[in-house]
Amino acid sequence: MTNGWVDIKNTDMMLIMGGNPAENHPCGFKWAVEAKRTRNAKMIVVDPRFTRTASVADLFCQLRAGGDIAFLGGIINYAIENNRIAKDYLLNYTNAAFVVKDGFKLPEDGLYSGFDPATQTYDKSTWNYEEGGDLSGKASAAKADPQTKATSGKPAAPHLPENAAYDLNLEHPRCVFQLLRKQYSRYTPEMVERITGVPKEQFLKVADLFTSIRKDGDMQKVGTIIYAVGWTQHSSGTQTIRTAAMLQLLLGNIGRAGGGVNALRGHSNIQGATDMAGIFDNLPGYLKVPVPADTDFKTYIERITPKPSKPRVWESFNYWSNTPKFAVSLLKAMYGDAATKQNDWAFHYLPKVDRNYSWTYLWDNMYNGIVKGIFAFGMNGVAIGPDSKKNIDALKNADWLVVGEIYPDETSEFWRSPGISTDEMKKIQTTVYRLPCAGFAEKDGTFTNSARWLQWKNAALPMPGNSRLDQAIVAEIFLKVRDLYKKEGGKFPDPILKLTWGYTDPSNPSLAEVLKEINGKTFADSEDPATKAQLKAGQQLPGFSWLKDDGSTTCGNWIYCGAFTEAGNMTARRDNSDPSGLGIHQNWAFSWPANRRVMYNRASCNLEGKPWDASRRQVWWNEATEKWVGNDIPDFKADSKPKDHMGPFIMNAEGVGRLFVPLGAVADGPFPEHYEPTETPIENPLHPAQTHNPIAMRFKTPDDKYGTPKDGYDIICTTYRLTEHYHYWTKNNPMNVQLVPEPFVEMPEELAQEKGIRGGDTVIVSSIRGTYKAKAMVTKRIKPMTIDGKKTYQIGIPIHWGYRGIAEDEGKTAKTLANNLSPAVIDPNAYTPEFKGFLVKVEKA
Amino acid sequence: MSQATLRVQKISGHAGGVPGKDTQREYTVSKLIDTTTCIGCKACEVACMEWNDLPFGQTVFDNTYQTMPETRWNYWNLILFNEHEREDGALMWLMRKNQCMHCADPGCLAACPADGAIVQYTNGIVDFQQANCIGCGYCITGCPFDIPKMNPETHRVFKCTLCADRVSEGLEPACIKSCPTGCLHFGSKDDMKELAEARAKQLRDHSNFPHAGVYDPPGVGGTGVIYVLHDASNPEIYGGLPKNPHVPWSVKLWKGPLKWLGNVAMIGGLIGLFVHYLRYGPKAREEEDLASRPEGGRT
Repeated sequence: MTNGWVDIKNTDMMLIMGGNPAENHPCGFKWAVEAKRTRNAKMIVVDPRFTRTASVADLFCQLRAGGDIAFLGGIINYAIENNRIAKDYLLNYTNAAFVVKDGFKLPEDGLYSGFDPATQTYDKSTWNYEEGGDLSGKASAAKADPQTKATSGKPAAPHLPENAAYDLNLEHPRCVFQLLRKQYSRYTPEMVERITGVPKEQFLKVADLFTSIRKDGDMQKVGTIIYAVGWTQHSSGTQTIRTAAMLQLLLGNIGRAGGGVNALRGHSNIQGATDMAGIFDNLPGYLKVPVPADTDFKTYIERITPKPSKPRVWESFNYWSNTPKFAVSLLKAMYGDAATKQNDWAFHYLPKVDRNYSWTYLWDNMYNGIVKGIFAFGMNGVAIGPDSKKNIDALKNADWLVVGEIYPDETSEFWRSPGISTDEMKKIQTTVYRLPCAGFAEKDGTFTNSARWLQWKNAALPMPGNSRLDQAIVAEIFLKVRDLYKKEGGKFPDPILKLTWGYTDPSNPSLAEVLKEINGKTFADSEDPATKAQLKAGQQLPGFSWLKDDGSTTCGNWIYCGAFTEAGNMTARRDNSDPSGLGIHQNWAFSWPANRRVMYNRASCNLEGKPWDASRRQVWWNEATEKWVGNDIPDFKADSKPKDHMGPFIMNAEGVGRLFVPLGAVADGPFPEHYEPTETPIENPLHPAQTHNPIAMRFKTPDDKYGTPKDGYDIICTTYRLTEHYHYWTKNNPMNVQLVPEPFVEMPEELAQEKGIRGGDTVIVSSIRGTYKAKAMVTKRIKPMTIDGKKTYQIGIPIHWGYRGIAEDEGKTAKTLANNLSPAVIDPNAYTPEFKGFLVKVEKA
Repeated sequence: MSQATLRVQKISGHAGGVPGKDTQREYTVSKLIDTTTCIGCKACEVACMEWNDLPFGQTVFDNTYQTMPETRWNYWNLILFNEHEREDGALMWLMRKNQCMHCADPGCLAACPADGAIVQYTNGIVDFQQANCIGCGYCITGCPFDIPKMNPETHRVFKCTLCADRVSEGLEPACIKSCPTGCLHFGSKDDMKELAEARAKQLRDHSNFPHAGVYDPPGVGGTGVIYVLHDASNPEIYGGLPKNPHVPWSVKLWKGPLKWLGNVAMIGGLIGLFVHYLRYGPKAREEEDLASRPEGGRT
């Protein structure tokens, strides 16, 4: 979340789309209700189904799964055409005025400039800003601009221009605003209706209500966008979220209390997992992972440290220019004395990532015999999918599997999957090790919630039996491996032998010690030049502004610096006072970065540094002290005078928010474009010749099949979770089983009637990959839709069942997995599978 | 039954005055359920089971998100889910937490013949004392909301106690504590009424619910559990919430004006029995003994 849970109470307008917070985040959803109750805030819900969230919405709109970009693009078009935009914000805090390179082409035919059909990749060199300064008032001369000629010969690696061209009148035909307007002028209400199935009048109602906060140029009101995996789990997932961010920039809603783009994370610590690099292409704190071309530390740092790119008369803090400090401190935390300036801070100990190791690729590699074994802790890979059968087939090929769990699950007993005969079972040679782990209530440590708050929790119960803490299991494995390297040497033992492991109990590190280590400390006495605060050697760092690139500091994750200081464990703080009344709670736990609750909060003020809305004062410029001060921690250079025009989006090299994303920071295009889901009932009405995202990733094993209406798969299916269950665990808990005892499939009354299905009948849902058996829930809450003139049905499947659990073990349910149905196709940026909006057929069993 | 130490103001089947009545003034407590902000998460169902130590039961899928068709003797708090289409075609998914309404004039209490099996405390809570229950089931007929349910094995009747045990210790009921959205409130009847009316007004003024209102039906003297409804003119759409609930006439008559008739009938019966005895002598023993009847032969 750019903002936070509590902050939702400050909003005037909510667009909840791609998420069902009442269902999946009921506790956090109290703040949405609070906004309704105390501010008369309006809530708009857009979803393929009428959900629990929709039941308390002011306006609900049923959308076709996979139509999100078209819908949001339509709102962008509406906002621009009806002048419901935040003009000053747009001009000064976004790249709307920046001029884009000549040769850049919008995807009228479905492809941006630079596409190579042979490799299915883009050459992104035209996805960049023009060099050249102020072009305001010179729009007509644009064509003659000598800078705009495409250069011949092999260019150097593309980089952002240091002095970006701009037009403050927003008239230049290649300025970002004009390109944006042109791009989304195609997303007319009629086009939105064809693609999304939302009738034009209904779409206009939503567009009008959401943008009404910027009626007549008013800047006081604020709107928020709230989403979850309903947006990410598509082959254009990242671009969907981009579209939302662009809409919020257009409306001037980012950085403001009650605003932002707010991702609701699906598990209690998913944010923490992301922050700590539970993803292959990151190091902790979102540092980019080294690749083989990074032959030394200098090359690596130069590649990953951005240089400012902006109009020369503006300023850019470009906070990522501190990357060397973060990277050196991380390596010092990992390798301690073994990381020296002379040996490049032990940079060569880090693995260099040579290809895609994301989730779906891992299983594909195991299927193909490349990955030989897997540690499955805290996840049920077979049930998670996508394409569960493929994952089960992959495990059959593995040499070994180690599962750390609190229950026997579908992964640890993959050979029990329905469809595997006794004979086949005997042939499976995979060795499975099951390790009893501790449950969440049996462990201490922190959860990082969606609001970026690290909250310490204590263990509530002792662990049963022989179970162990995760960190104890990992530590023991590490110590064994290190012993082996010590004894036997090996090709490259140093990365293991030299790792720091200074825990009081090396075989069971305390998580408080680990958190201290992540926070980091200094090796040298030092002083902060701004505040004159002093630190002694060996002391914990108070925050990341103390980090150095000379090896005198350690830090396991720069954004978590400040979580465990000399004052103690900040994540355990429980003072819920809130003097400003804005839900900032500065002394409750620790919010990264720097205990800041709303990111980019400089943008909550106008150019002079005064809050857009005097009743929601987050930060402001104090003329007397010449400092940024406030109720929240200013997300800005504390002494940057408003007249210096430093941009509020300090993590971007431009200093401003990106309506246009240059140089392929998002792989599928500088602006989002609607592409049909991989399995779709129609051709893309925008460009039938380019129906799909040209760079979405598909797989090629015999298990990877993609269905079409021609094969009889013409019903759109989406998957989701229920309040009553938690992923694939709670089917083991009688209380949850009592609340919702069996798997079911939600379907429209009309479809049920057509197929002769009554509520409670057993049905079989099949995709080209597999089948799912469950009972029918016939409901008014999903209506048939007209997609591009074609009557289309959608159905929905909650995912929580499998072949191990109370009802499963008693033989009371059908034992199939919902993800038998879903395809292995992934978004090209975040590599998230398309769990929403694939094609199936439905029959009465 | 709770272990509460609350003062009783009404008592079932009891001759003479109510013990300890009016010794101390107390607030009438009340639970407010705002159906317009309920998300049907069932936290209240789970909290109710856990606090009251109710055993898990079997359920079956029944084409709904609702846990079971109606409350059970061991499931006192049930959210009812109903799909409803408004006149303008807009869909509503109504969720109403159903439980004992703790009526000011409780039909169950009026109907109950067992001394002290049903009491109403001075704070308004209506509580069943299973130790005094005779399993006649009259309370079930007496309830206009179809709430009390009998345990078929013990022949005792159970229902929500409004967590009288918690309330007597100054705590809110378990369901209130668990509610994540704050759609449940607990306090004095006056305060809850005020809060409910304010919310209903907000819904009428700002949320396109011109018929929003508060459900506190006068037919049972008002209820200890009150609802805010989107459409108070049509409570039936919320899973059959009666528009004008009242204690059944049969119960009212029987326990009120016609009570003397019962006494006459009883005395008449006794006289008849005596006359019968004088005429025919003692009854001969039949094959089937009362004690050897199968279990199911309860009356």
